[in-house]
Amino acid sequence: MLSRRNPQLNAHGELIHLLSIEGLPRAVLTQILDTAGTFLSVNDREVKKVPLLRGKSVFNLFFENSTRTRTTFEIAAKRLSADVINLDIARSSTAKGESLLDTIANLSAMHADMFVVRHSESGAPYLIAQHCAPHVHVVNAGDGRHAHPTQGLLDMYTIRHYKRDFAQLTVAIVGDIVHSRVARSDIHALTTLGVPEIRAVGPKTLVPSDLREMGVRVCHDMAEGIRGADVIIMLRLQNERMSGAMLPSAGEFFKNYGLTPDKLALAKPDAIVMHPGPINRGVEIDSSVADGRQSVILPQVTFGIAVRMAVMSIIAGNNA
Amino acid sequence: MSTLLLDAEALYADLLSGVRRVMPAGGALVGVWSGGAWLVERLQRDLKLEGAPGVISSALHRDDFGSRGMAAGADPTQLPFEIEGRAIVLVDDVLYTGRTTRAAINELFDFGRPASVTLAVLVDRGGRELPIEAAFSAARVALPREQRLSLARDEAGRFSFDIKTKAA
Repeated sequence: MLSRRNPQLNAHGELIHLLSIEGLPRAVLTQILDTAGTFLSVNDREVKKVPLLRGKSVFNLFFENSTRTRTTFEIAAKRLSADVINLDIARSSTAKGESLLDTIANLSAMHADMFVVRHSESGAPYLIAQHCAPHVHVVNAGDGRHAHPTQGLLDMYTIRHYKRDFAQLTVAIVGDIVHSRVARSDIHALTTLGVPEIRAVGPKTLVPSDLREMGVRVCHDMAEGIRGADVIIMLRLQNERMSGAMLPSAGEFFKNYGLTPDKLALAKPDAIVMHPGPINRGVEIDSSVADGRQSVILPQVTFGIAVRMAVMSIIAGNNA
Repeated sequence: MSTLLLDAEALYADLLSGVRRVMPAGGALVGVWSGGAWLVERLQRDLKLEGAPGVISSALHRDDFGSRGMAAGADPTQLPFEIEGRAIVLVDDVLYTGRTTRAAINELFDFGRPASVTLAVLVDRGGRELPIEAAFSAARVALPREQRLSLARDEAGRFSFDIKTKAA
């Protein structure tokens, strides 16, 4: 019988590409989080490098700009001793009309071992994973509105770091959910890891109602959405993805859904505030909250490097 | 020696006196995760050394990463003292090919340059594939390749040996 297995897993159920959190078993997510814990301490060593990817070439293919994500992937790959090649694809061959798969074929001929791909089209990393050589691994660094699995995993690492256990938590994801691949990846990860209450909070135009089918509680009222939460994940208002009049104004959005100290007081006293960055101060989050004692926005960035090291070392060690 | 005769508690007593002998003045104990970590925990107490012993994981320097992938479930290295200039006694439960010891030494050097590294083990089962020898081993045994020997610890903290035969 021909079975369609998850293209991210090999026949033994081991991770060979990271394309989406959707469909990954809890054991794989836990393995990544546990491994990230090992790598976190590498930053404290005299020698901030381990030799796991020595002699391997990691190509950062960013068809869409992102300084932060590209940089953290680059640091992660270098801490694993890989050679890192950054391609500014937006300004090179694609602009000359080369197709995605021709670009990949050319880079494979340069002996790439891993592609870290960001693309504005959902599914582009899948296409690459399906067409690259069996020894080549692909990491999705964000594709369209679809998924941003390493951000989802670093969010899970952050939650586990501060809250220890997922089983009792209420997690509120606030803001522009419809355009957010981070929200989608977070919801899949939180569900798989057993979080009992996930809330999606925002205006009707930015929170798709079909989220209810994923077991998410949809709240259009900020107070209802935040009350009693253990974790608040604020999302950036994505101006560059906004088409048409989905919002009256940024000021109006802040008034209703911006996280201020008053609104944060509705959550549990020990609630943590997260944000994937870059933050828009005064648009989705008040400065005093972003810089406040409940904010874990900067630790998220540090954890992100360890999580990306974990993902790259795990997939590089598994064969197709 | 038959594996049935391997009394881990008796061998631990020998290891304790052996480590006492080979331990340089001002030396520090570092156990290789996981069996070695249990051993140094007890040695630290029995030798009345101050502070906590070090624990080292070989996972990040293993030479079979390409074929076996990332090791799951290893605790990260924890060295609660300066490595630079320190005499280190590295402790492991079983010395076999020497590859774990090699990886552990590499890991150790990521934290600084020790003055010396001395190896002490509970059991030397031969089969070396690298030029590594222990300064002290409480027992030498010969085991068939397909048998895996490792230390186990029960809830009361008592040691025993766990012997598994790999499927052919």
